[in-house]
Amino acid sequence: MLTNLSFVPLKKQIDEIRNKSEQVRIGVLALQGAFSEHCLALYKAGAVPVEVRTAEDLRDVHGLCFPGGESTVMAKLLVQNGLTDRLAELIQNGMPVLATCAGLILLSREIIGYEDQPRLNCLDISVCRNAFGRQKESFAEETEVICPKLSMHEEDRHCLFPAVFIRAPQVAEAGNAVKVLARKGERILAVQQENITALSFHPELTENLLFHNWLYEKAKQYKKSGKC
Amino acid sequence: MTLVLKGGLAQMLKGGVIMDVTNEEQAQIAEEAGACAVMALERVPSDIRKEGGVARMADPSLVKRIMDCVSIPVMAKVRIGHNAEARILEELGVDYIDESEVLTPADDRFHINKMAFSVPFVCGARNLGEALRRISEGAAMIRTKGEPGTGNVVEAVRHIRMVNEEIRMLCALPEDEVANFCKEHGIPLHLGIETRKEGRLPVVNFAAGGIATPADAALMMELGCDGVFVGSGIFKSSDPARQAKAIVQAVTYWQDSKKLLEISTGLGTAMHGIEISSIAPADRMQERGW
Repeated sequence: MLTNLSFVPLKKQIDEIRNKSEQVRIGVLALQGAFSEHCLALYKAGAVPVEVRTAEDLRDVHGLCFPGGESTVMAKLLVQNGLTDRLAELIQNGMPVLATCAGLILLSREIIGYEDQPRLNCLDISVCRNAFGRQKESFAEETEVICPKLSMHEEDRHCLFPAVFIRAPQVAEAGNAVKVLARKGERILAVQQENITALSFHPELTENLLFHNWLYEKAKQYKKSGKC
Repeated sequence: MTLVLKGGLAQMLKGGVIMDVTNEEQAQIAEEAGACAVMALERVPSDIRKEGGVARMADPSLVKRIMDCVSIPVMAKVRIGHNAEARILEELGVDYIDESEVLTPADDRFHINKMAFSVPFVCGARNLGEALRRISEGAAMIRTKGEPGTGNVVEAVRHIRMVNEEIRMLCALPEDEVANFCKEHGIPLHLGIETRKEGRLPVVNFAAGGIATPADAALMMELGCDGVFVGSGIFKSSDPARQAKAIVQAVTYWQDSKKLLEISTGLGTAMHGIEISSIAPADRMQERGW
């Protein structure tokens, strides 16, 4: 009987350890902006969100999320707190990334008109900040997107996404390795480059988990591959 | 413009510092220091307090010059209840309007019907009822009022603690007592129910009114604010650029004591503060609005 009693907490401990080992931890850059909204969406998708403010917070994460906010503020805080190199290294090593709005700007190769603004230079695009104008030009629109892919060999799947654009940027030019996922006329609104999906709109302000589910699945794959 | 767009911009400002600026040079210092937005006005609250007289919306040409010289969002203030000032700023294209008790109220009974505007509004509040009444009028962002232009954080603390306390009370009530609580606090019932369900205000809430140092900013974040407004605290300090940069850092790293120590060290003199009890009740800006 005694063994039975002690077995209960032990089982609990084993379950906890097992759960932990199955966790997909996704670092959400939490310097400024709508990071808590992304944390909630990632949690709903099945991941364990981890707020990232220092290089130490990046230990033991399997994916990354760059939220919307003010890209100028985040860029300064990235540099001041020594996060730039470590983040760029993780992304170049193949860690899955979802970036929205200001996040898309942070990852870009070139920021038109703001060439001195620090950036991670991981995604082969040039971007225009506030491409649609000020807040009065902000809008929400059902937008046709190609779903982000777990492997670039997958067939294109199209769907309608409730896209919210707030003082949104746009992609001016995308390199050859970059797949365009959404457009509005000539404007490029969403792209994927291997492990990186970047959007000029805000899925975290909607209930639609298409992009967060992709990040979760991609991070799960990445974790299994043992590269992190 | 839907609430998701109006409130969405406020969500993008979270974890940031919105700084009062009175000219282009200050706006650039604020942007350079890492402000997530600037508030364009003619005089900072401490000067309004000192000089007295009627404080009005800034000249649109000043607001426009500031809009043209920074790439971050620009806010500007209108008097409580002054629809025409708000229409002028909407036409100008500012990103947010602050219907603010820092300016002299234009209407002693009614706030602006903010639902009728496409530009989003932020409004001040001292307690849950005031916050939810402003939201029912269409405010897409709230700031706890504090006492502007004092460099004394005590009122800002009192107001956020009051909001938190009343939310906790509302959440703890049995369902059949909710309507009466809302009636007693002047809370529109549907917003009372929504707040109870979420356990927080239904829109983004920044602290304001008396924040003068990085430690003040960290304190307000610890009390559950989503970000801070700093009015006189920056450009009335001895080294505005450093003070501003330090406050930005403190809002991001408010949980990290080691970093806060580093951030707070050697900043020069913070703005000269005022003891609240030395201000006659009639001169307290927080009493404006209802």
